Amino acid sequence: MALDQLVMTKFGEGAGEEMILNMGPQHPSTHGVINFVVHADGEVMHKAVPQVGYLHRAIEKIGEIVTYPGFMPYTDRIDYLAAMFANEGYALAVEKLLGVEVPPPAQYLRAISCELNRIASHLISLGSMAMDIGAVTPFPYALRERESINDLLEALCGARLTYNYHRIGGVAFGMADDWAPLCRKWLDHFDRILDEWDRLISFNEIFIERLAGLAVIPLEMGIDYGLVGPNLRASGFEYDLRKAHPYGAYPDFNFKVPIGKAYAGAHRGGQVGDTFDRFYVRVLECRESVSIVRQALDKFPAGEFMAKVPRKIKPEAGEAQSRIESARGEMAYYVVSDGGERAYRVRARTGSFLAMGIIEELSKGLMIADLVALIASLDVVAPEIDR
Amino acid sequence: MTALSFEQVHQKLSARFGEAIGPVQPAKKDAFCTFAPPRLVEICRFLKTEPDLWFDFLEDLTATDHPKQNLIKVVYHFYSYRHRHIFVAKVEVNRQDAEVDSVEPVWKAANWMEREVFDLFGVRFKGHSDLRRVLLPDDWIGSPLRKDYSESGGYRDISNVRDNPLDLYLSMDRQLKAEQATPELAAEGKAPAAEGPPVKSGA
Repeated sequence: MALDQLVMTKFGEGAGEEMILNMGPQHPSTHGVINFVVHADGEVMHKAVPQVGYLHRAIEKIGEIVTYPGFMPYTDRIDYLAAMFANEGYALAVEKLLGVEVPPPAQYLRAISCELNRIASHLISLGSMAMDIGAVTPFPYALRERESINDLLEALCGARLTYNYHRIGGVAFGMADDWAPLCRKWLDHFDRILDEWDRLISFNEIFIERLAGLAVIPLEMGIDYGLVGPNLRASGFEYDLRKAHPYGAYPDFNFKVPIGKAYAGAHRGGQVGDTFDRFYVRVLECRESVSIVRQALDKFPAGEFMAKVPRKIKPEAGEAQSRIESARGEMAYYVVSDGGERAYRVRARTGSFLAMGIIEELSKGLMIADLVALIASLDVVAPEIDR
Repeated sequence: MTALSFEQVHQKLSARFGEAIGPVQPAKKDAFCTFAPPRLVEICRFLKTEPDLWFDFLEDLTATDHPKQNLIKVVYHFYSYRHRHIFVAKVEVNRQDAEVDSVEPVWKAANWMEREVFDLFGVRFKGHSDLRRVLLPDDWIGSPLRKDYSESGGYRDISNVRDNPLDLYLSMDRQLKAEQATPELAAEGKAPAAEGPPVKSGA
């Protein structure tokens, strides 16, 4: 029985009084500037209504003002924790409009950079989720590893956060000769860290008990609300764009798609699609990403890293949509061209925006402290919501 | 699981709804077709529930603005997890009185995406449960993603224009040049005022 129903049955309809609390926009555990208007009776929420838009920078409008290649740095700002994906999605959409074939080394570099970025993004997500519900220690561990990824990506493309690495038709730079050994060394190190991470937090009894059976998202509900990526997979749905509609170099790699299986255990009240599943699916995805990067380094082909692209990019009139599996699930760019140098319309469909839509429904009957765990487990990032 | 091509889905829809489904547009990269606005929700429900189609995922809902044709086109991307096929449809509405039926009763995901289109394009969705602005403040004026939108010059006394720091340097530069041209005046501390108003660059 949900807690608010318990209150109702014990004290009758209308017992207690509704209190309206503003959580955010300046709040450390709302993951960026998001405001939640919490309607609560004591500790139990009637609902939490998300108010977003504090980080709206009109990036889609900017896409209509700047040229096609000129928009690439702005895509970084759509999702600063996983900027590679935002780069890749936009590049793929414009390449589809132009009909450009990306050479294999560029596709491999894209896969490598994206998977490293996925690990970095998941580390932030996992670490901050643990921190939000009270386990502060794991967060610096996660940040330390992310720092190494930032170093690797800096060596690859010169930037640590907003990469601007992918180009329309390829990538900006090739791989230096000594980069692959560096990367391999770090991957070997990270394997051990993942085991350590499991011992440190994932298999921590208190942590599991805290999250088991909390804010369960049934699969039908998740699909109906448009949840994507790890959030949907945690509900026990094996769907990954890298497998279902492989793009780039992904057909060459062998990897599993982790799904939620009530990892918390039935005896603790764990259910498929609960908050712990959303946490643990991301840990497992990190392992798969490590394996993908290794395979990509092993099979790395020789050749050019940029396709022949005209200096002035003017796709013929038409429209194209590209879909990629970002760290936050399916990211789709919808680009409309009218034959000019600038896009007629650029639209970025992001996972976080839709994930916010489900919170009002899910928050009914949760405790206020559980809202924090719910937001963290959905891995929403404010710039990706607001764009 | 049988993925249908765009044409096959289009054929099925045309067989069922006839005139309400527009022809397949010449496929420039991604093909699409139009739906007649009055029958939108009916068609969408069919798309979602017909076993061969089963578009259970409303992947994207957005709009494009076309002032020359006086149209706003609301664009729907449907995806089927069961059959793994995709379908794109557009609904064309008048710019002045842009109103479309909400597909929120069919897919809950439409709730926030329709709010976004309402916010940025000013398209109203009939039957939407909670049609408010989502990204912009409630008292914002205008629909920014329309092509003819122009900034109103600020919001609640917060200006959207900033002084250009170059203006200051340019006027200092002029001052210096004037002093150098007339050293005796500068010595007396009576340099003539810089010529002309400060240059407004990059406004």
